[in-house]
Amino acid sequence: MKEIINSEIFIVGLTILCYWIGTLINNKYKKPITSPILIGLILIIPIVLLLDIDYETYEQKTHVITFLLGPTVVALGYNMHKQVQSIKSNLFPILITIFIGSIVGVLSIVGICYAFNVPTQLMVSMEPKSVTMPIALGISERSGGILALTAVSVATCGIFGSIIGPWFLSVLRVKSPVAKGLAMGAASHGVGTSTAIKMGPIEGAISGMAIGLMGVSTTIVIPIIEAVL
Amino acid sequence: MKGVLVILFYLAVGEGISLLMHKVIPGNVIGMVLFFFALQLHLVKEETVKPICDFLTQNMTLMFLPPAVGLIAAYELLGNHILTIILAIIVSTLLVMAIVGKLQDILGKKDEGDNQ
Repeated sequence: MKEIINSEIFIVGLTILCYWIGTLINNKYKKPITSPILIGLILIIPIVLLLDIDYETYEQKTHVITFLLGPTVVALGYNMHKQVQSIKSNLFPILITIFIGSIVGVLSIVGICYAFNVPTQLMVSMEPKSVTMPIALGISERSGGILALTAVSVATCGIFGSIIGPWFLSVLRVKSPVAKGLAMGAASHGVGTSTAIKMGPIEGAISGMAIGLMGVSTTIVIPIIEAVL
Repeated sequence: MKGVLVILFYLAVGEGISLLMHKVIPGNVIGMVLFFFALQLHLVKEETVKPICDFLTQNMTLMFLPPAVGLIAAYELLGNHILTIILAIIVSTLLVMAIVGKLQDILGKKDEGDNQ
């Protein structure tokens, strides 16, 4: 029995099953809080614990899935290619804004972690939290972070930002659709973009582009900040 | 299948460049940027890579589950700091959103007409 439970087929199948149930629920409710990763996690963690599968085994057997992260990041270049038209008229201000946004995203994490004596390993895991997940995991791995914390931080950041975003931006009186879309995508990556699409077509397209730009910018900013600190 | 090879090619080149610069920047991000420019310059045809890119980006959430399950191994490490972690994520998310939104509103002001 133990052999079956610890087999690649069972573990990969279980993971895909939980993800699939997550997407079904998400397609039905279409709310940030029903994001497939959150539901998938809530389903899979108790099962893994109950069946007594240790994480090392789980990680090893799911390598066939996680290997796809690298090619997926490359594939995001295609999305950027499709959306680049939306920012061409505004290219320069957008690049500056995103660059400053990525610095703020990293430094705010560093500041809070220093203030509360959070260990460095946890800090570097959270630094890329506003970046789309596949890129964030790569950044965290490079900095020696805990990938699980990165995954949960990125998901939390996305869900929180897309719930609070439309209200928060109107309180701040952010007016132009470009600025709204950029803020949603830069702060809350893909989950923020799915909310931005509901705000309007410009917001949606700009937000999609912000995901890629924020990813590249944060990737460059983090080693620089690490070198300075 | 050609599309798969194209993606793997850019990933490999990205990883190679990353190694040369001592992995300061992850190879997959370098690969993404190269791939983006290759598409812009029409070195790669859109229709060759569209199926594989759509497949990967539409199903990417599945790939995040295994790392996230690592929580079961990491919870002891996080336990003492859980409140600070939540605080850091919330404050940082709001700050990024506020600064990007306000700054773009100011910097992009004169172009606003083009985008309405």
